Amino acid sequence: MPLDTVWPEQTIHQVPYWVFQRAEVLAREQEAIFRGACWHYLCLEAEIPTAGDYRTTQLGELPVVVARDAEGVVHAFENRCAHRGALIALEDGGNTRDFTCVYHAWRYDMAGNLKGVAFRNGIGGKGGMPKDFSLAENCPRKLRVAMFCGLVFGTLSEATPPLEDYLGPEVATRIRRVLNGRTPEVLGRFTQALPNNWKLYTENVRDSYHASLLHLFFTTFEVNRLTQKGGLIVSESGGNHVSWSAIEDGAAGAEYAQQQIRSDSDYRLADPSLLHGFQEFGDNCTLQILSVFPTFVLQQIQNCIAVRQVVPRAVDRTDLHWTYLGFAEDTAEQRVMRLKQCNLVGAAGFVSMEDGCVGGFVQRGSAGAADHQAVLRMGGHDAESSDTRATEASVRGFWKAYRAATGL
Amino acid sequence: MQLEIHAFQAAYARCLDDEKLEAWPDFFLADAVYRVTTADNFRRGLQAGLIWANSRAMLADRISALREANIYERHGYRHILGLPLVAALASGEARAETPFLVARIMRDGATDLFATGRYLDVFAHDEAGALKLRERVVVCDSSRIDTLLAIPL
Repeated sequence: MPLDTVWPEQTIHQVPYWVFQRAEVLAREQEAIFRGACWHYLCLEAEIPTAGDYRTTQLGELPVVVARDAEGVVHAFENRCAHRGALIALEDGGNTRDFTCVYHAWRYDMAGNLKGVAFRNGIGGKGGMPKDFSLAENCPRKLRVAMFCGLVFGTLSEATPPLEDYLGPEVATRIRRVLNGRTPEVLGRFTQALPNNWKLYTENVRDSYHASLLHLFFTTFEVNRLTQKGGLIVSESGGNHVSWSAIEDGAAGAEYAQQQIRSDSDYRLADPSLLHGFQEFGDNCTLQILSVFPTFVLQQIQNCIAVRQVVPRAVDRTDLHWTYLGFAEDTAEQRVMRLKQCNLVGAAGFVSMEDGCVGGFVQRGSAGAADHQAVLRMGGHDAESSDTRATEASVRGFWKAYRAATGL
Repeated sequence: MQLEIHAFQAAYARCLDDEKLEAWPDFFLADAVYRVTTADNFRRGLQAGLIWANSRAMLADRISALREANIYERHGYRHILGLPLVAALASGEARAETPFLVARIMRDGATDLFATGRYLDVFAHDEAGALKLRERVVVCDSSRIDTLLAIPL
């Protein structure tokens, strides 16, 4: 579809606001990104542990079923009956032997293969499907599935490179750091409805510059300051990133005082047990935010582990699905600490509630400025890893991958 | 205790709707549990909350964070509470289930139905004889929260 829009100066350090505003851009994204050569997070293996378990999810607008068959193999297929297009599975998840469309009772196995057509041979020798009707040729589209550290990803495209190549070695290592060798358990699932284009959230996640400026809670309690030891990893594709910070004694606060940022207050917690986490990873890393292009996030904030999935619902509406995680190996005390630290994140999170509204501020603020551009020049013009987080390199990385995928 | 609980719920709602947020923790015992979750999580027995507190001090921290730290667009609530279904417990405490409906009024006047759900409460008297919450689990009917949850429910 031709778009009458031109990206200014072919850069990744200027982003035109029309990209967050136009229906034809979202249509291009659905095709080129969500149904294109990208890996999309579908669910956790731990959510479908036994034969017959399934979850439903979305690749953008495309509804998907993820299911485990009797042999333990995980499949994913479009949640669309091959007959007339109705949803095949209506629940968020469950356990089943097969899937039957409610409309005309066409039946599918756990891999999305059509296994039965009601009244296929007609009734009393009349009606029915023609003799040349093939079950095998009529099934919803199947996704390629790949798993990594208990995360299930899917893609509709044959052109998507192998998952580990797509992640890149450094991002893969950082996923292993959080998830490998343990058994995740879902502690809760919440959906935050964001009043903005989906890319304003995926930018926000990759924006290490804003973290300690918008989120005062972090800064005040020295959970996270740009002056802490930390860094930024951007994958070669640009699309995946890791932002991390670690506690280091004597981290300077002088830069903050000089900037007169509203981050130095006398505010102290009445119940500081919230911040008394446990050493979980054998390093001093208190925060690791990791994203995989386009819409997957794995978060470690102290002992609060969560995956986030971004699903666009309209040009200016986005669903952010949070899945909070513990591990089967947790002690009772560790589990309580995780529940306590869930207060840091999500729609009511001390640290992250601002991310729910700030995208809306941009959406509304830039409403009359389609042909103007956001400025992404902090830390230069490229999308390289760095040992500072006072940079917008990973946001530029997102646009690098985005432009490559969409051709915009 | 029925009438006492009715009066308590009315005062609780008015406290939040009048934005007297500093007074809100006083509705709870010092070691109270307060949790905001959804019907789906509650049904599945999943423990995490949008808000999860096991002390009154944590509730006080939530209010000071809202006042001092968190950024959000100015808004207020209007709670409409249904009739509490009260069951006395042998301990002299009481369980109550109270349905609620909360409208959110934004700075620009936009008024939306923000949440519906029920309070699952355990009430007890403190040493001074005042009725307090030992536990309040706020079970929202929907799994979806619009934008953010700043002011407690």
